Amino acid sequence: MLQVKNLTKIYDGGVKALDNVTFDVPKGQFLAVIGLSGSGKSTLLRCINRLIDPTAGQILWDGEDVTAATPEEMRRIRRKIGMVFQHFNLVHRSKVITNVLAGRLGYVNPAWSLVNRFPREDMDKALRQLERVGIADKAYQRADELSGGQQQRVGIARALMQDPKMILADEPVASLDPVLAHSIMKHLEEINKNDGVTVLCSLHFLDLVHRYADRVIALNEGQLVFEGLPSEIDDKKFKDIYGRDAERVG
Amino acid sequence: MKENNKKASLWKSLRVGLAFLAGIIIYAYGFEITKIDLEELRSETRQQSLVRVTRALAQPDIFQYEQESQIFTAPVYVTCPAGDAVIAEPDTSEPYVIVTPACAEVGETVTVEGFNFFPNSSGPVRFVPGNDPTNVVELGNDTANADAEGHFVTTITLPNRPSDDVQFIRATMRRNVGAPQFTQTAHDTWEKIIETVFLALLATTLGTILAIPLSFIAARNLMKPVRSPLTSIALSTLGWPLGIALGLFVVNAVADFTAPFTSSILVNIASVLLVPVVLTFSLRWALPQDDVASPPLGLRLGRLVVLFVSALIGFFWMYQLAGLSMNVGRSTEASLGSFAFFGRFLVQLGDILIVTTPAVGAFAAGSVFGNFLGRVGQRAAEKINEGTVKIVNLIASAAAGGTVFGLIGWLVEWLYQIGRPEYTQTGPILVGAALGLLLAIFTKAKDTLPTGLVIYYITRTILNTLRSVEALVMAIVFVIAVGIGPFAGVMALGLHTIVSLAKLYSEQVESIQSGPLEAITATGANRLQTIIYAVVPQIVPPYISYTMYRWDINVRMSTIIGFVGGGGIGFLLQQNINLLNYRAASAQMIAIAVVVSIMDYVSSVMREKAV
Repeated sequence: MLQVKNLTKIYDGGVKALDNVTFDVPKGQFLAVIGLSGSGKSTLLRCINRLIDPTAGQILWDGEDVTAATPEEMRRIRRKIGMVFQHFNLVHRSKVITNVLAGRLGYVNPAWSLVNRFPREDMDKALRQLERVGIADKAYQRADELSGGQQQRVGIARALMQDPKMILADEPVASLDPVLAHSIMKHLEEINKNDGVTVLCSLHFLDLVHRYADRVIALNEGQLVFEGLPSEIDDKKFKDIYGRDAERVG
Repeated sequence: MKENNKKASLWKSLRVGLAFLAGIIIYAYGFEITKIDLEELRSETRQQSLVRVTRALAQPDIFQYEQESQIFTAPVYVTCPAGDAVIAEPDTSEPYVIVTPACAEVGETVTVEGFNFFPNSSGPVRFVPGNDPTNVVELGNDTANADAEGHFVTTITLPNRPSDDVQFIRATMRRNVGAPQFTQTAHDTWEKIIETVFLALLATTLGTILAIPLSFIAARNLMKPVRSPLTSIALSTLGWPLGIALGLFVVNAVADFTAPFTSSILVNIASVLLVPVVLTFSLRWALPQDDVASPPLGLRLGRLVVLFVSALIGFFWMYQLAGLSMNVGRSTEASLGSFAFFGRFLVQLGDILIVTTPAVGAFAAGSVFGNFLGRVGQRAAEKINEGTVKIVNLIASAAAGGTVFGLIGWLVEWLYQIGRPEYTQTGPILVGAALGLLLAIFTKAKDTLPTGLVIYYITRTILNTLRSVEALVMAIVFVIAVGIGPFAGVMALGLHTIVSLAKLYSEQVESIQSGPLEAITATGANRLQTIIYAVVPQIVPPYISYTMYRWDINVRMSTIIGFVGGGGIGFLLQQNINLLNYRAASAQMIAIAVVVSIMDYVSSVMREKAV
């Protein structure tokens, strides 16, 4: 159970990226976050694992106060929260398997990981995760030799290595074509349904929201403007979220 | 509106005009200051010496031939004697010279014709006075060049040496024999250019190794997020000097303990081989690979003890390795003949290891104590109530401030030998403690301070200051410290390489993609892991390319570092220029040009391969 209470983020320049946002996410839910570019979706997701420190408000996750966690505690919280990014954020010059193993860094002994030594079980596990996302044969290639869709699968495998209880996906399919977008979303859906992992996923296309999300929240200029089922977004709600002049595409 | 526009454009053109005028004035003053004077270039003496130097430079002193020469001395009368000038007929089967006319007045021109000399030989035609045959007179344009039949004709002006006796014109015709050979200059140049290349190599290696860690703490994007509470900073500041002192003490104790066992090669080999095995087992136990839950206190203490003992054994191992290297080096030096340099290399390596081990130990112990106390401070600031933290802050911060200023005072005392403890000891300690106290009073007990940025700025300042000192100037200092020779050059170039590479590297770190950094942080990795997994892979190609570039610079720098006694070819070059030996200087300049262009080519090829 994730509870976000009165979350506000004001950047150094004075930009209010999040304005008093409050919502809950029950365990195991697939929550879509929608809104225009710059509406605060990315900031919201990054506040949840404190890649960005919120200015005010509170985030509770499984009873732990994320906003008050010390750096050491934060590391222990982060390793249970996987994250998937729009631009995949793989380390290009490293091998795929190294990128995937990086997901274990929060668990292994730092001293050994610095010389690139991982336990046997973790190696096996990394290969299993790559198999799960269908690119086991690419394990020993360099990450930048892979296509966009394959790179995002590596990103998912890396998140899975963390044995996550929650996955934050920041526009995971925005850089991919529609076919790949569906295959990536299916992986997330499968992880959500089979492993019971909570998924918070920001999305641009409403058809993806309708197809995959259990519930939707919408942000507009940092404010929460909608919360409900995907089917509840009618034309009027749409204009509230995306602005008066917006037109629906797909 | 229009009026306004007009005014604006008028103002604009006025400004352009003023800027132009200012430019002219600046350049006029520049000409005056730098004493630009073409008149100087036109003066006769300048042009003559320029021509002479240029010609000498065009004939580098690289090759020479064995020469054989034929000498013939023909009689001549200056001035004509009262009777007829009687000249014996020369033997026409041998080389001979005929002077016509056989007598002439001072300052008159005579024709000198030579026959039967070596084909294509050349040499001087000189005047030899009759009364003093050793006092050969060089005449102006006096070089004769024989044709394919060994025949030459030249004219000379008779010098002001009138005499009643017979005097002589001597032709010395030389030709080259056999294959060209390298001159002594060429050999010296070769030796020194090799020294130059290796000087650059060692300086670059030394610089690169030390610049890499520095570049991380001089990178703003890595240091900016580092913030810690005052408690942690103060305790860590106390921990560092404490750790360094303890580390030095412990390592020196290990050194004393090891000393009796280092003389025998067998003991050396045995310990160098056995210790890693022991260390592997103990480290595997003390540093388990998966550490999900916090272990109980007893186990943690046990691990700490094992780690400490492992560190002691590690230092023992380093000393044994040094001993092995020196012992093997000494025996090879004695027995290997022309490979003796390898033995000396091993001896030096062992010596370097012995010198650096205490420094490594002190640094390691310092960082362990600093980190540990810093962590204790962090924990305290997180867990203990505000009032207690404030009191701890007041005490620790005052102590830390006193320590830092006391150390600075000690350094000042050592440098300037003031000898007044109130200025260099008690004074600074009190001031430091007061400053620390003030800092603790005016910061909130649990607030975090930008430690990273402070370290960043300090590092940057030191780097920029040192970088602004030219390597040539550093070389002068090191020549005083370690004596004239290439070692001083290595130290000077190495130091300059450290600071300039650290800056270039850190700019590369600052320009990496932040995405992977974010992704690795999000997995729960700590700072060091993030650097190793997200930063290092991104910076390998630019680091290699900058290192190559720096090697290139160092080769060029090492060619002139000899001007101040730093070894390399510069020493020879400067010497020859001072001795006006331009042909030798030319050979050295060519060597520099060749080496620099080869380096340029090789480094560009290697850069392409690596990136």
